[in-house]
Amino acid sequence: MRHSATVILTLFASSAQIQRKRAYLTIAAIAWGTVAILLLLAFGEGLKLQLDKNRRAMGENIAILWPGETSKNYKGLSIGRPVRPTIDDVQWLRDRLPEAAAVIGEITSWRTQLTYGRKTINGRVTGTNWEYGEIRKHYPVAGGRFFGPVDEREKRRVVFLGDEMATDLFAEEDPVGKTILINNLPYTVIGVMQKKIQMGAYGGPDKNHAVIPITTFRAQWGRDRLWVLLIQSKTPEAMKPTLSALHELLGPKLGYDPTDEQAFGIWDTVKSSEITRNITFGIQLFLGIIGALTLLIGGVGVANIMYAVVKERTREIGVKMALGARANWIVGPFLLEGLIYTLVGGFLGIVIATLLVTAASFLPVESNQVLGFLGKPTLSWQIGVATSAILGLIGIVAGYFPARRAAAIDPAATLRYE
Amino acid sequence: MSLGLTKTKTNGVPAASNGSSIIHMDAIRKVYDTGKVKVEALKGIDLAIGNGEFVAIVGPSGSGKSTLMNLIGCLDTPTDGRYELAGEHVSDLTRDQLADIRNRRVGFIFQNFNLLPHISASENVEMPMLFGGLPVRERRERARTLLEAVGLGDRTEHKPTELSGGQMQRVAIARALAMEPAILLADEPTGNLDSSSGGDIMTLFNDLWNQGRTLVIITHDQALATRASRIVEIHDGRITRDERQ
Ligand SMILES: Nc1ncnc2c1ncn2[C@@H]1O[C@H](COP(=O)(O)OP(=O)(O)OP(=O)(O)O)[C@@H](O)[C@H]1O
Ligand SMILES: [Mg+2]
Repeated sequence: MRHSATVILTLFASSAQIQRKRAYLTIAAIAWGTVAILLLLAFGEGLKLQLDKNRRAMGENIAILWPGETSKNYKGLSIGRPVRPTIDDVQWLRDRLPEAAAVIGEITSWRTQLTYGRKTINGRVTGTNWEYGEIRKHYPVAGGRFFGPVDEREKRRVVFLGDEMATDLFAEEDPVGKTILINNLPYTVIGVMQKKIQMGAYGGPDKNHAVIPITTFRAQWGRDRLWVLLIQSKTPEAMKPTLSALHELLGPKLGYDPTDEQAFGIWDTVKSSEITRNITFGIQLFLGIIGALTLLIGGVGVANIMYAVVKERTREIGVKMALGARANWIVGPFLLEGLIYTLVGGFLGIVIATLLVTAASFLPVESNQVLGFLGKPTLSWQIGVATSAILGLIGIVAGYFPARRAAAIDPAATLRYE
Repeated sequence: MSLGLTKTKTNGVPAASNGSSIIHMDAIRKVYDTGKVKVEALKGIDLAIGNGEFVAIVGPSGSGKSTLMNLIGCLDTPTDGRYELAGEHVSDLTRDQLADIRNRRVGFIFQNFNLLPHISASENVEMPMLFGGLPVRERRERARTLLEAVGLGDRTEHKPTELSGGQMQRVAIARALAMEPAILLADEPTGNLDSSSGGDIMTLFNDLWNQGRTLVIITHDQALATRASRIVEIHDGRITRDERQ
């Protein structure tokens, strides 16, 4: 056993020395394949994380309900009746729906005049409850705030601006504390939203609207009917039962059959995020397969080179056999070569890929449209494990087939002819 | 030219037992089955070679000489018949056991030298000793001694491509002697050499024989054949003449 190991290592060392160029090429091929698979997987992982983050930018575990029209008869009421939840129904629901983490109402005024100084723009103004700021991730830039319960109770004319709208109105100026006119009534700007990358939106992206207390909205516009009812469940799993409970309560109150699917248009972000997750998993899988194939091609290259070497050295192998080499001593160095080249190449590839990914982490994601969507390539331990497993497999395969051919060489036949 | 190597032992057979046969073949047949045709290269060979004999095997091309030598050297196995090498039945050994036998009992010398091209003369001579399990220091020393003995003490680090044909064949002979085999087998060892270096090689074989080694040499070379103690002639897979001289 120890004798065999000595022989194999000695033969390996001398052949590796002879074939230095081949060794470098082989290692480079494997390293390249490894870099390819790692970058692709890291890219997929980054995409997944970024999509996840972007998706959460609108809020977590929320469902958006738009009042619609009935499509089922209910207690003598006919089909086609509009469902009309009001601002007061929000509090009514909160008192009766403990399953929900939050119930929020929204009313919107589209194309509303907003004026600062001599600048006037047309924009969207949303009236809503104060909890909206936290749940819908309208985080203020330092120095500002979202409105609170007191603002809502006292119908204060305060406004929180989306970042893009703030820029449109104020350009370089700091909006906080300034007064703007909304449909000719003065409002104090109390905060501007932090920049965020948002994937889903209803009505429009958050950066483009102004938010005011729902009570203030009612006072100015005299409107009471909700445009949107926003529900947050306590967990993703709780969303479905929470929505059922909501319908059981609202149905009798607003006069629709709780099973009527047309009474509200519903965007359940929990459900759609599951779909997104599946899609990103699919993308990752796809990238992984491409990477694995690239690496496999590298492995086939290694096997091919080794195969050619075996063929080219058939006579030498025959000579060694004539001198008393056992089959294992012939095969061993080839297996070892395949394995070592693969592992060294794989290690190099991992180092290079890690450096590249680290370098990419310094890229400014937030300020770039494309990067903001794609995210930063990210390596995870799962990626490492998967890549190592594939590398090991390739190493064995790359050595095995050539080795098998070498072992099958018949020394007498090989040494017969010139 | 003196070899400077005194024969102290050979693997397997005591040096003094002249007359006891080191090779014993009984009704050996060898059929090559190439799929389409079967070639019966040896058609029943009975051959006994004693320790210390110098046997020249002669015969026309294609008569089966190389086939016979491959069988003697355990490089190949017979289709039929019994073969004993140095008292050991080799007909039913595994591949690895045959490899060990080749390593310890047989030294091969080929017409085209068959040196390993990428390594030095010394490393070529060390190769059988590596397989034989000798420690590296001993391998080095012994390779040097052997190469000095064949007159190549100043060429130990040369690659085969940096040597002349005669020098390559002398390296091959040193390599064949590395494991002190019971028998040296040479297949037309002077076939690729000019007459002068061929003569050197013949003298070398003569010296080895004088030291008591057993030699089996296939040759077309009449001069080499006449130096042998015994001439075996093969025609079409059969022994047609067997003379001691
Ligand atoms: N591996 C093989 N497959 C098929 N036929 C073979 C094989 N080896 C030898 N033969 C055949 O066996 C016969 C004997 O061949 P061998 O090489 O022993 O002849 P030889 O006496 O050494 O000839 P030469 O003097 O030309 O070297 C030939 O007819 C040859 O074609
Ligand atoms: Mg021949």
